[in-house]
Amino acid sequence: MDFTMILIAVAIVAGIGLIIGLILAIASAIMAVPVDEKVEAVTSALPGANCGACGYSGCSGYAKALADGEAKLGACAPGGEECAKVIAEILGVEAGAVDRKVALVHCMGSCDNTDTKMEYQGIKSCAAAVSLHGGVGSCAYGCIGFGDCVAVCPYGAVSVCNGVARINADLCKGCSMCVNACPKHIISVVSYKAQTVVRCSNFDKGALARKVCKSACIGCKKCEKVCEAGAVTVVNFKAVVDAEKCSGCNLCVEACPQGCITQFRV
Amino acid sequence: MIKALVAVFLAAILTENYVLSKFLGICPFLGVSKKVNTALGMSAAVTFVMVLATAVTYPIYMYLLVPSQMEYLETIVFILVIAGLVQLVEIVLKKYIPALYNSLGIYLPLITTNCAVLGVTMLVIEKSGPEFGYIHALVNALGAGIGFLVAMVMFAGVRQRLEACDIPKSLRGLPITLVAASLVSLSFLGFSGLVDNMLA
Repeated sequence: MDFTMILIAVAIVAGIGLIIGLILAIASAIMAVPVDEKVEAVTSALPGANCGACGYSGCSGYAKALADGEAKLGACAPGGEECAKVIAEILGVEAGAVDRKVALVHCMGSCDNTDTKMEYQGIKSCAAAVSLHGGVGSCAYGCIGFGDCVAVCPYGAVSVCNGVARINADLCKGCSMCVNACPKHIISVVSYKAQTVVRCSNFDKGALARKVCKSACIGCKKCEKVCEAGAVTVVNFKAVVDAEKCSGCNLCVEACPQGCITQFRV
Repeated sequence: MIKALVAVFLAAILTENYVLSKFLGICPFLGVSKKVNTALGMSAAVTFVMVLATAVTYPIYMYLLVPSQMEYLETIVFILVIAGLVQLVEIVLKKYIPALYNSLGIYLPLITTNCAVLGVTMLVIEKSGPEFGYIHALVNALGAGIGFLVAMVMFAGVRQRLEACDIPKSLRGLPITLVAASLVSLSFLGFSGLVDNMLA
């Protein structure tokens, strides 16, 4: 083995590497794609939770849409008002008021109010339980209480108390992770400023609803009649409160015989 | 001449299919074949890189490594060239065809480590001789890429059917995929001898 052979081998590999490196360096210099600085700045200003509450594919998708002027400011629920202000500064636009959103469980079916229809011994997961005759509880619409929403919440705002999920509105960032995790679809995102909420999702007629849960909405329309602002309507045997019209007078809360309309955040 | 080229092209697609007969490029074959669309995009990129890589590595081998008796450097030099080429393709695509660049996503840099590409460039050197020159090598690379595409798209179709099947619990996921892959591979064995006899 001649020593020059080694040198030639090294020279060939090094030479090819050098040539390719040079070509790549030149190519990347010539064909550099200008990256929008705004996009990067906005991305770093966002919380990076990638929750999808804004409706875009992750924080980077929202940042790109913001920089292109396609997305509205304040769609980021976890970031809230502070985040919107920072981004507004970066983009040089007015921030505007951000309506803080929080998640709410529309169910009062605690162990005292409702019963179970079976002895369930399967996996302790709502998604698993719901595949077996629609869940454990006697109410077909109610909270199953195995806490799929608890598991998915990144902020520790959800807990299961006495068989029904509850969300701490002060910890909640409104990211909608629990909304998507709930197999019963009884969690929705409402405004933090909402004053009166209906904590029931039962669409059955009064007699049927009353049979399965002590605090089910029976569609009696007392709330509808008593409301002076016309904010409460009964749709499909279930009361619905229009948060924008609601004055927070509490007349419906007092009128409800089932106690399923309550004040929010008390 | 043209007859020989057609023979090389068909052989690369059917009898010497790089995925199903030589078992190269199994990683993307199993990983990216869940949907027909992504399988198509990936195969198109692989085909492009295969032809380009052969176009560059073949002269390097013949006019640089052979004269200096450095044939044993083949593997490392080829890997170097392929990695550089994929980077170059990435830069060019990003600049001129951003839509394709975005749709290929992670698959493009993954081609760097696709052994089918390295296999095509290296196995073609073994074949080279007085009757198998540069043009033949390029046609072979194109055929290999199309063969990869055929295998990927076929298998993606098989896997989409598998989704709807009631598979025994222990076979779900990767096991049934491997069983299906072996059956598809067996079916390709039926092509052996076909090309030689067809053009004889």
